[in-house]
Amino acid sequence: MHEFEKHPDLPPPTSQMGVVGWLRKNLFSSIPNSIMTVIALYLLYLTIPAMVEWALINADWVGSSREACSSDGACWVFIYARINQFLYGFYPVEEQWRVNLGAAIFVVSLLLLVIRGVPGKAWIGGFTLLIFPVIAFFLFSGGIFGLEKISTSNWGGLMLTLILSTVGIVAALPFGILLALGRRSDMPIVRALCVSYIELWRGVPLITVLFMASVMLPLFLPSGVNFDKLLRALVGIALFQSAYVAEVVRGGLQAIAKGQSEAAASLGLNYRKTMALIVLPQALKVVIPGLVVTFIELFKDTTLVSIISLFDLLGIVQSALTDPSWLGFAIEGYVFAGLLYWVFCFGMSRYSMHLERRFETGHKGS
Amino acid sequence: MPEADSNAQTIAHSDAMIEIIGMHKWYGTFHVLKDINLTVNRGERIVVCGPSGSGKSTLIRCFNRLEEHQRGKILVEGMELTSETKKIETIRREVGMVFQHFNLFPHLTVLENCCLAPIWVGKQSRRDAEKAATRFLERVKIGDQAKKYPGQLSGGQQQRVAIARSLCMNPKIMLFDEPTSALDPEMIKEVLDVMVDLAEEGMTMVCVTHEMGFAKKVADRVIFMDEGQIVESNAPGEFFDNPQNERTKLFLSQILDH
Repeated sequence: MHEFEKHPDLPPPTSQMGVVGWLRKNLFSSIPNSIMTVIALYLLYLTIPAMVEWALINADWVGSSREACSSDGACWVFIYARINQFLYGFYPVEEQWRVNLGAAIFVVSLLLLVIRGVPGKAWIGGFTLLIFPVIAFFLFSGGIFGLEKISTSNWGGLMLTLILSTVGIVAALPFGILLALGRRSDMPIVRALCVSYIELWRGVPLITVLFMASVMLPLFLPSGVNFDKLLRALVGIALFQSAYVAEVVRGGLQAIAKGQSEAAASLGLNYRKTMALIVLPQALKVVIPGLVVTFIELFKDTTLVSIISLFDLLGIVQSALTDPSWLGFAIEGYVFAGLLYWVFCFGMSRYSMHLERRFETGHKGS
Repeated sequence: MPEADSNAQTIAHSDAMIEIIGMHKWYGTFHVLKDINLTVNRGERIVVCGPSGSGKSTLIRCFNRLEEHQRGKILVEGMELTSETKKIETIRREVGMVFQHFNLFPHLTVLENCCLAPIWVGKQSRRDAEKAATRFLERVKIGDQAKKYPGQLSGGQQQRVAIARSLCMNPKIMLFDEPTSALDPEMIKEVLDVMVDLAEEGMTMVCVTHEMGFAKKVADRVIFMDEGQIVESNAPGEFFDNPQNERTKLFLSQILDH
């Protein structure tokens, strides 16, 4: 019989480590895998150099008119000449500092909220959610404090896209959470109302909602009563988006074990505190990826406002393409718009992954 | 035996912590608890046992109205449990509960788990709550883990945190719903030790458990339930050595003879 002896920890075999080990394990582990690797490399070889050549090497960067674009690469001069319109729409150039100021305040408060360890987050959050929208509204539209009045029909470009999507997201989140809680309520009337609301809005395409808000709603209102078109679009988007948020949040609520609310109840917490302190923090954490998906979708769906002749980023790029002095630069315009959309969506997606990691406490609710 | 109990219980006993009079409960059409009459006196330790599905967990979950009863009365400290939300919340503050699956809040640290209810329900300051929580965590021998999240602890440690979390509300009675059934064998003892300590300090306790050693050691009374009824209720010595009912004898022979 052998004496029991503790076996020491040994390092793994060398063929598993280093660059060669990684390549073998990931790219050439089997014949199908090796074939896929070769095909992928070939496709990259076909596309990437051509793309780089068009977008960077052969591109025209400086100038002020289409005459500057003589090479067969991309004509970034077009973007450069139109950048102001792409960012601000028809907002008067001499008043654009107001938009920049508003954006700067928003970015600073967001950064303060996002960076860990900054004190007074509750106050900053309250400011961003409640006070900032008021400031931004008066700052952008003017007509008060000696600021020139600028109609919302002049707002456009990236500015409009960001306003539509942030307002949509910020308004839809709390409303959606309430709807989700309502859908799981014990009270049949509340539940029925929430279910009908959610199913109604989810069954309608956003484009219909926008169209209704813009064209149909004024028909039902008494004459003389008229809301701003942008405001109507915002309300429509927020109502629409909250139904989606509600369904995502409901998924999260269902993922939290009943034992959690039972434990909270047994400690004497009432329904409101149980939800706010125990269930929602966990449920929202679970649905971060789902929420971000709906937010990214909303961000891209704001392009639909062009149907009611609001000129968001894509809308304004498209209208610039029809300018007779810049005909033929559609690819540059769409690439630029696509790139901007991608930057924002990718940013949101990365931040959501960061949040998931940060809230990871090594335990799913038991 | 239950018949003998029920007579005395119509008059409020000054020493009674929980009184249950002619209580029935249904799940839909299924009659889970049938004519339950039981008094838990101050400082008394009661162990409830019985086969699975006999209604023992449901019974103690009625004590703080995690389950609703449909007929009869439950009085906690002389206050009757009705559907009145405020009253239920008041009673829950006095009644601590420990669950089979611990039900710690995974998004909060051990210390935050313990402080949550004292701060939000007991209106204590954060400092006082943390001081008290630290004391209770040390009492269950887990003071050094206060900053960790529940997911980083073993099952036995989690259950001890759950006990400390309940104790932080200074409950007058503690309910244990199979506190060791989800634990690895190696961890059962550390939880039972804490429960024995608690019993020795005079805490009123009702434990649903299959740990017969624990019952013999600390229980004042052992209650055997089957098919939603209290079959037998006796002091542990009598209960184990001289069971009255055939059903009890069968149950004991099945869990004690290996």
